[in-house]
Amino acid sequence: MGKKVLIADDEPNIVVSLEFLMKQRGYVVKVAGNGEDALSAVGDFGPDLILLDVMMPRMSGYDLCQKVRENPAWAGIKIIMLSAKGRDIEVTKGMAVGADAYVTKPFSTRDLIAKVQEMLGE
Amino acid sequence: MSDRMRIGVALLAAWGLVLAAIGAAMLLVGADLADYQRAVLAAVLQERAPMLVVVSLLLLVPLVFILNTLFRRHVKAPRRLGEDIRIMMTANPAHRAKPRGSSEIRRLAEGFNAFADAHETLKRDVLQRVREANARIEQERNRLAALMSELAQSVVMCNVEGRILLYNARAMQLLRKPLEGEAAAGKAVSLVGLGRSIFAIFDRNLIIHALETIHERLAQGARAPVANFVTTAPSGLLVRVQMAPVFGAAGDAAAEGAPGGITGFVLILDNITRRIESGNRRDLLLQTLTQGTRASLGSVRAAVETIAAFPDMDQAARDRFIGIIGDEARQLSDKLDETVGEFADSLRTEWPLEDMRGADLIAAVQRRIESKLGLPTKLETVDESVWLKVDSYSLMQGVTYLASRLREEFGVREVRFGLEAAGALAHLDLIWSGAPIGSETTMAWQTDTMEMGGEASPLTLKQIVERHNAEIWYQIHKPSHREFFRIAIPVAKPEEAAWSAPSPRESRPEFYDFDLFNQPGQTPELDTRPLAALAYAVFDTETTGLSPSGGDEIVSIGAVRIVNGRLLEHEVFEQLVNPRRGMSPEATRITGIESAMLENQPTIDKVLPAFRQFCDDTVLVAHNAAFDMRFLRLKEEATGVRFTQPVLDTLLLSAVIHPDFEGHALEAIAERMGVNPIGRHTALGDAIMTGEVFLRMIPLLAEHGIRTLGEARAASQKTYLARIEY
Repeated sequence: MGKKVLIADDEPNIVVSLEFLMKQRGYVVKVAGNGEDALSAVGDFGPDLILLDVMMPRMSGYDLCQKVRENPAWAGIKIIMLSAKGRDIEVTKGMAVGADAYVTKPFSTRDLIAKVQEMLGE
Repeated sequence: MSDRMRIGVALLAAWGLVLAAIGAAMLLVGADLADYQRAVLAAVLQERAPMLVVVSLLLLVPLVFILNTLFRRHVKAPRRLGEDIRIMMTANPAHRAKPRGSSEIRRLAEGFNAFADAHETLKRDVLQRVREANARIEQERNRLAALMSELAQSVVMCNVEGRILLYNARAMQLLRKPLEGEAAAGKAVSLVGLGRSIFAIFDRNLIIHALETIHERLAQGARAPVANFVTTAPSGLLVRVQMAPVFGAAGDAAAEGAPGGITGFVLILDNITRRIESGNRRDLLLQTLTQGTRASLGSVRAAVETIAAFPDMDQAARDRFIGIIGDEARQLSDKLDETVGEFADSLRTEWPLEDMRGADLIAAVQRRIESKLGLPTKLETVDESVWLKVDSYSLMQGVTYLASRLREEFGVREVRFGLEAAGALAHLDLIWSGAPIGSETTMAWQTDTMEMGGEASPLTLKQIVERHNAEIWYQIHKPSHREFFRIAIPVAKPEEAAWSAPSPRESRPEFYDFDLFNQPGQTPELDTRPLAALAYAVFDTETTGLSPSGGDEIVSIGAVRIVNGRLLEHEVFEQLVNPRRGMSPEATRITGIESAMLENQPTIDKVLPAFRQFCDDTVLVAHNAAFDMRFLRLKEEATGVRFTQPVLDTLLLSAVIHPDFEGHALEAIAERMGVNPIGRHTALGDAIMTGEVFLRMIPLLAEHGIRTLGEARAASQKTYLARIEY
C-alpha cells in the first residue's frame, strides 16, 4: 500500500488538482476542509505527510502544525505548508512552529511533487 | 462674651457703684451723729427697708437706658464702622459707611468716607493704567488664542501632575463624553477644563509611560524628545497623541525641583478614527488582493500543469480542470474590479509606530514586570544596536501580560529577555524554564482580554501583535530546557523622532497665566490648603418645591468652576432635569421653568453622573448648601452617585464675616459685596453669583484669620451651631 497523504485546505479548486496529482503518484489521499477535521484525520488516518494550508477556518495551519509537533507519536509525520501568505515573517513562523517546508502559492506542481517524494524518501 | 452679657455685667457694675456711693454717704453721715440719733435713724431705716430695696431696684431702669444708649453709640457704632471699612478695603470699594452713633463717631465715619472717595479715585487711576497695560497683553493673548483655535489639532497643556493649564476649542470638542441613556441622546459633557485632571481622560499609566520615555531620551542626550502614542478618547474615538515636554525657565522654582527641568507637557491630539478605519479597510483589501490572487493563481497553475502532465486523462477529468480554470479566472477579475472600486477612497495610513532602541524597550519592560508583578528578570544576549518600530506602551503591556500569566498559571519564578537581529526582522524573546505550557494555552492567551497586576487593557495580545505587523509564537529549546515566546518585529533605522519643536528651552509660553504649574496636589490633606488655591465647583439647584423628603425633585442643576481664584464662566454645567412629576405654579413662578420644558430632558439618574464628573477633584460651594445637598443625598441610593467632597456654604461664611448684619440671603450678601445680580433664579445664574460672592469673601475670611479649608469649615460649623441656638 502506498504512503498516505493528508490534504488540509479549504479551497476546493486547489484540492481537486492536489488530490488528482497525489493519486496519480500512487499515494493514498484524504482531504480535510478545515483545521479541526484535519486534526482528527491526523489521528484516524495516520498520514505520512500533510499538505497543510495556513489559512483555514476553525484552526489555522500554524496551530495545527504546532499541535502535531507536540504529540511524540506523530513525530514522523512530514508537513509541507502551502500558503498564499508569502511574507518572510510568515515563512519564518511556519518553519518555527515545526513545518518541514513552506511553499508559497502559486507553486509549480512539479516542484511540489518532487518535494513530496523527497520528504517521503522516494 | 456676647453683647447681652457685656451689657448685663456693665449694668451690675454701675448699679453696684451707685449703691456703694449712697451707702458710703450714709456711713459718713452716721459717723457724725450722736449715739441716740444713730439708733433713731437705724430704727427708721429698718422700718422702711422694703421701700429702700424697691427704690434701689427702680434705679436700674434709667441705668439700663443710659447703658444701652452708650453701648449703641460708642461700641456698636464703631464696630459696624470697622466692618464697613473692611468691606470698603477688600470686597467692595464703592461701599460707604452709614454715619451712626455719637457725633464723634459720625465725624469719624464721614472722614473715612471722604478718605475712601479719595482712595477710590486713586485706585481707579491706577486701575486705568493697569488696564492699558493689560490690553496689550490681552492682544497678544488673543493672537495666541486665535492661532490655537485655528489649529487643525487639539492641544492640551498640563503641568507635571496632569492638571490642565490650557486647551483649545477643538480639544474640548474631541474630548467629550456622551451622556448615557436615550433621553440624553446627542448630549455630551466635555472633560477638559482648566485645573481638571488629564487622567480623567487618558489612562494615567499611559501618560506616565510617555513622560518616562521623554526623560530617557533626554538622558540619552536627545535635543527635542517627543513621545507618541495612540489611545481611545472617552467617546470611543481613536486619537494619536504626541507629547512634548515644557521646560521651566532658569530661576523658576518649580523647574528646579522637577526632574529634567520638565514642568509640564503639551499633548497634541489628532482624531485618527476615520483614517484608521479606512486604513484597516485598505489593509483588508490589499490582503484579499494579494492572498486571494495567490490562491487563485495557485489553483489555476496546478490545474493547467496537471492537464499538461496527463494529456491522456479522460474527458470528464479534463472538463473538471478546465472548469476550475474558468472559475478561478472569473473570481480573479471580480476581485480586481471590487478592489479598484473600493481602494480609490481609502487613504494610506498605518498605526503610528515609533522608533525605539530594542534595549530601551526591554529595560522598560523589565522595570514594569519587576514593579507590577514582583517577578525578577534577567538579560540574555541583547543586541544593543537593534532599533524597533513599536507602539512601546501596548507592546510593553503585552509582554508584561505574558509574564503575568506565566507566573500565575505555571509558577514561573524568573523571566529573561533576548534580542537579536534577523534581517529585516528582530527577534524579541521572553524566556523561562519549567514545564512546557502547550500550544492550546498559548493560543488562548493570545485572544484573552489582557489583565495584569490589577490593570486591564481593551486590547488582546493578538491585536497588539497585528498592530506591529509582527508575529508571535511559542517555542521550546530542548537542549537547554528552555522555553520562550518569540516576537518577530520589523526593525527600524535609528533616527530622531520626526516632530521637533524649536529649541524647547526657549519656547516656554509667555502668554497665559500658568500659575497651576506651581500648584501642589489637590487630594491629600485638603484641609490644610489655602482657600485661594483650591478648585471649586459652585452650584445651585432649582426644585419643584422646598421639601426634598416630601417628594420634591430637582429640575435644574447649574454649576461653574473656580480655579486658582478665577471664576471660569465658560466651564459651566447647566442641565434641566425631568423630575417625573409636575411643577407647582409657585415653583414655575420663581424659576420660570414649566412642566412642558422638562418632558424631553434626561432624568436625574442620567444627569447626576455627569454632574459628579464635572465636580471631580473640587470643593463644592453653594448658598444654603444644606438644602441642595439634601436633594443630592436623597438620590445617592437610587443613582449610586455619591458626593463625598468637602462643602462650603456662603450663607454660613457670610455669618462668620458679618455677624452684625442680619441679612444673609444671597441678594443681601451680593449687594453688600458689590456683585451684580444677573440671571437670578436660574440654577446657573445663581451659581455664578454665589461664585462671585464666594471669591470676594476669601480676603475677608483671611482678615478673620480663616485661611485654609479646614479653618473655613470649622468656623462655618461654629456659626451654624450659633444660629441654631438663636
